[in-house]
Amino acid sequence: MRNLLDTATLSRADALRILDTAEDMSDTQRREIKKLPTLRGKTVVNLFFEDSTRTRISFEAAAKRLSADVINFAAKGSSVSKGESLQDTAQTLQAMGADAVVIRHGASGAPHTLATSGWISAGVVNAGDGTHEHPTQALLDAFTMRKRLYGDDSRGRDLTGTRVAIVGDVLHSRVARSNMWLLHTLGAHVTLVAPPTLVPQDVSAWPADVVYDLDEAIAAAPDVLMLLRIQLERMNAAYFPSEREYARRWGFDARRLAALGADSIVMHPGPMNRGLEISAEAADSAQSTVLEQVANGVSVRMAVLYLLLAGSTTTPATTSTGEERA
Amino acid sequence: MNEVLLVRGVELVDGSRTDLIVHDGMIVETGAGLDKPGARVIDASGLIALPGLVDLHVHFREPGFEASETILTGSRAAAAGGFTTVFTMPNTSPVADTAGVVEQELALGEAAGYVTVQPIGAVTVGQKGERLAELGAMAASRARVRVFSDDGFCVWDPVIMRRALEYVKAFGGVIAQHAQDPRLTEGAQMNEGVVSAELGLAGWPAVAEEAIIARDVLLAEHVGSRLHVCHLSTAGSVDIIRWAKKRGIDVTAEVTPHHLLLTEDRVRGYDARFKVNPPLRTTEDVEAVREGLADGTIDIVATDHAPHPSETKACEWQAASHGMVGLESALRIVHSTMVETGRMTWSDVARTMAAAPARIGSLSGHGTPVAAGNPASFTLYDPAPTRTFSVDDLRGRSRNSPYLGEELPGEIRWTINRGTVTVADGALLETPGVLS
Repeated sequence: MRNLLDTATLSRADALRILDTAEDMSDTQRREIKKLPTLRGKTVVNLFFEDSTRTRISFEAAAKRLSADVINFAAKGSSVSKGESLQDTAQTLQAMGADAVVIRHGASGAPHTLATSGWISAGVVNAGDGTHEHPTQALLDAFTMRKRLYGDDSRGRDLTGTRVAIVGDVLHSRVARSNMWLLHTLGAHVTLVAPPTLVPQDVSAWPADVVYDLDEAIAAAPDVLMLLRIQLERMNAAYFPSEREYARRWGFDARRLAALGADSIVMHPGPMNRGLEISAEAADSAQSTVLEQVANGVSVRMAVLYLLLAGSTTTPATTSTGEERA
Repeated sequence: MNEVLLVRGVELVDGSRTDLIVHDGMIVETGAGLDKPGARVIDASGLIALPGLVDLHVHFREPGFEASETILTGSRAAAAGGFTTVFTMPNTSPVADTAGVVEQELALGEAAGYVTVQPIGAVTVGQKGERLAELGAMAASRARVRVFSDDGFCVWDPVIMRRALEYVKAFGGVIAQHAQDPRLTEGAQMNEGVVSAELGLAGWPAVAEEAIIARDVLLAEHVGSRLHVCHLSTAGSVDIIRWAKKRGIDVTAEVTPHHLLLTEDRVRGYDARFKVNPPLRTTEDVEAVREGLADGTIDIVATDHAPHPSETKACEWQAASHGMVGLESALRIVHSTMVETGRMTWSDVARTMAAAPARIGSLSGHGTPVAAGNPASFTLYDPAPTRTFSVDDLRGRSRNSPYLGEELPGEIRWTINRGTVTVADGALLETPGVLS
């Protein structure tokens, strides 16, 4: 794997390889000594043009647990904001000897531009670009679903037949896009639930159903209900009238939690707006996977960095877990 | 400079074959088997003589943005593309909203000597859409401005638009509208549809163009004025213009070569060479604008030649500038999309790329047929070869062409502007009229 830019073009085989490698990584994270020597001497740069403490520390933990050197580069400006250009920033990192660049950027496609420009030879991981994609989030979500559904028997399995409802601001959500493509690739069935204003104008090419009514989506008894974070500034652009109305119609409250089957899981990529898109009862319920998602995020990002930088087909993690079993 | 030219065996747009004698900037004689001792002989067998092409819509960036293009470098690009007349949009710095700026542009064009550079004046002061610029002063200036546009911005305020349409009737002017509802296109990055949904780029909906065109044709009808619609790009816009013309409204419309060929699918990959305003649309829209151009609903092809330096294209899509250069490739794209497909004849090309734009721009003596008694402004085009379009084909200052690496038919072999050779045997002359 050279780069991880999106899930729309990620093959089923590559997706499963990442998820299975993440299983191995997850196993190592249960040991007392979590650190592996695998990426010793490699340099991973976290190039963040947008603030995102959660995603950055998750990648940082992943890289450090593989013994890579980590440089955090919080780029204040970008060519969008008339700061240093992406090209100059990229070439600076290249000169410093970066082996992988994890990029978070407010402009859709910026990781793609970075990876295809010829400015750097490092592998590029998209850690969220504009309203385009956030592939590691989708991979950790798929990992979490698989783990809940199949437990220790997860390896090698896809999500065929799993029904997933994704609720919220689909229009502006890179999480929704990445999840939709990956879940489709893995055989799941996706239903998007949103106010009509927050669905792209033409989704006829998307492998997903769209409904506007959350209660209808819940009545269909999905295996997974995923809530997206609502940005309050959307109200000012007339996407919906008020917080209260949004919470009433699309908020996952206690009543809707009760209506959802007890076996269904509730996911949220964080950070949550408690009381808006998700109630405290739902967030803290046994069905909620919010904290598992965070933990799995580190394993999945370890897997991605490993596959990008170590590049062999046998993982040392597999070997060591094998030793443990033996 | 004023040497006598004898063009032998050229094909005219009606398919007939003739020789031409050019003297003192005019075509003085046509017919078979002409001879003229002392004349420079151009063997034009296999070449088609088109009128010198007229582009109603270019951006030459001078004054203000000379790193992208100057009137000289833009003129060279124009000549290389077979053009002899260009109309320059006023979004310079300072904006061409006074007689002083348009006269300066005219003078720079004359000094360059490759093509006639006819300035377009801004409709409103600073193109801000608030107060009318001194349109009468520009019209009465040495630049004789007849076309006014805030191109790059829409004259959005319906009252300002109405007044502008009315006011220019005093001197036979026309308002060339960049039809884009600003509120519906805030932050817009590409056509709104299937691809924008996938790429997560803010959409530029077709309705933002169509709603303004619909409003403007009705305003033009109401006040009995003449309207020109710039770079129309959607199937709906073609329908509205067709309806308006049928109703007798005095409206003309243009389409760009890129909207005749490219679709929004090119945006996949986020290569900002394909970022343009209005954006590349769908296959259905491309089909509709081709049909509209073929049936006369769309009057002309205009390039919207928009040079940008590489740093504003080699960056994130969202940060990149809108626009692409088009002068050097325009005729070849029209050849490819309209002639090779059998939708238009060379006579139609002459109409849509020379005669009609000159008429809309009220420039007499431009875009005239290749015939005795007319100005000797013509292009000798070889339709036979197919070559890869490359940076060597670009003769302006910027490289932001969407066609680099594409196979395109045809070659511009000679461009003659009022008797002065600017392109000789496929090569742009360093000094107009001075052949090696």
